[in-house]
Amino acid sequence: MRVLGIETSCDETAAAVVEDGRKAITNEIASQIDIHARFGGIVPEVASRQHILAIIPVLERAVPADCELDGIAVTVGPGLAGSLIVGLNAAKAISLAKGLPLVGINHLEAHIYANWLGPVTPQFPLIALIVSGGHSDLILMREHLKYVVLGRTRDDAAGEAFDKAARILGLGYPGGPAIEKAAFKGKPTISLPRPWLKGSYDFSFSGLKTALFRLVSKERDVDPYDAAASFQEAVTDVLVKKTLSAAREYGARNILLAGGVAANKKLREKFQSESPMPVIFPEPVNCTDNAAMIAACGYLHLKRGEKAGLELDAIPDLSLQS
Amino acid sequence: MLLNSKSPEETREFGRHLGLLASPGDVYLLVGPLGAGKTCLVQGLASGLGIEGYVPSPSFVLVRELKGRLPLYHIDLYRLENPLEIENLGLDEYFYGQGVSAVEWADRVLGSLPEENLLIEINYLYENSRQITFSPHGKRYEGLLRAFKNQLSKDV
Repeated sequence: MRVLGIETSCDETAAAVVEDGRKAITNEIASQIDIHARFGGIVPEVASRQHILAIIPVLERAVPADCELDGIAVTVGPGLAGSLIVGLNAAKAISLAKGLPLVGINHLEAHIYANWLGPVTPQFPLIALIVSGGHSDLILMREHLKYVVLGRTRDDAAGEAFDKAARILGLGYPGGPAIEKAAFKGKPTISLPRPWLKGSYDFSFSGLKTALFRLVSKERDVDPYDAAASFQEAVTDVLVKKTLSAAREYGARNILLAGGVAANKKLREKFQSESPMPVIFPEPVNCTDNAAMIAACGYLHLKRGEKAGLELDAIPDLSLQS
Repeated sequence: MLLNSKSPEETREFGRHLGLLASPGDVYLLVGPLGAGKTCLVQGLASGLGIEGYVPSPSFVLVRELKGRLPLYHIDLYRLENPLEIENLGLDEYFYGQGVSAVEWADRVLGSLPEENLLIEINYLYENSRQITFSPHGKRYEGLLRAFKNQLSKDV
């Protein structure tokens, strides 16, 4: 079964064709990072216009002329409304023209399914950690498409914390890779707080950000590389320890990482060295927003006979529900 | 009006009182450095509006709509820098709607935000304490601040 996935929830205009939810035949992404770098962040109006310009060329590259499709999966949320509808309308048009079944996909569940695009088949029960600019969610899955939300961020998401730390240290955008690169040149010698929130699987990185800001504004000679390394150490410490604790409590057979921050090498290394169970993570291109994960997840929905009508609409504030 | 807050809890409590008094169409602009407690105050505002659950930072998603006694539009301009681009965002739909708008990092585009508003500036004093300045712009907000003062004096 070949599924076309379409994703336009945030920065990236993406389309991909995936076979049986596992094998990406094409995986096209037109990134807007260069445009956004000039503005120091995402500008939704720019994003929306860029999606409109990019969607047709991206689709043409993702779907070769001789490619037979069996269904279409498109992100319906969470994301920016103006961006989401570009992908949605493209998906509806193709569905109508080709008579193909259409399903709407939650971007967050799709991030988890990026892990099925690799060579290893994840085993249930599993714990998934979704870490990106907008999310830090800890999820328990005992079977396909069923999610128990164990914890989420109470304030700043992990990716947002990296972004703000990069801004505080003057390291540039996007913040995650900037911190990772700077941390490589420094040592984690600066003591920063670890927000554990004992007794809960929630995360909170706001206090850590405040601590870094206070440190930098109080002491003039803070080495930005050491500060970046120390900040990265604090964030990854908390993410790894809390995830492992959940994995032990629920007898998880695998830990899955997902979302843009899952591309962070320090986070991967730490998980691999500290976890007693196998840790699976997507290759970097499938950690950040992409359409292969939408198609992989859509395959399972379509296989169950789910089918959306043309009234399918964007849900900007969609969350993962238990 | 000047208030000193000794803790995030106290900042949240100020926000909660404001939430109890909020009316449809209210616009609160929040200004202050990273980590000052802007999101913290909005979390209190949300609880005063009867919103349950977490109020995470909207920095990455730009706008979060939360459902309470009145809708709360939690807006964050942190990632935006070009005022021209911000003017194109269509935020007016929120400002002139039936909900309460709370805008973090409002100083990035003060010129293109509603002239009538309650400006809330939070600054660091030391460690956990902050100085919070409330400046009303317009009759509605002068009245709101008077009621806010009364509420707080009753609370003590």
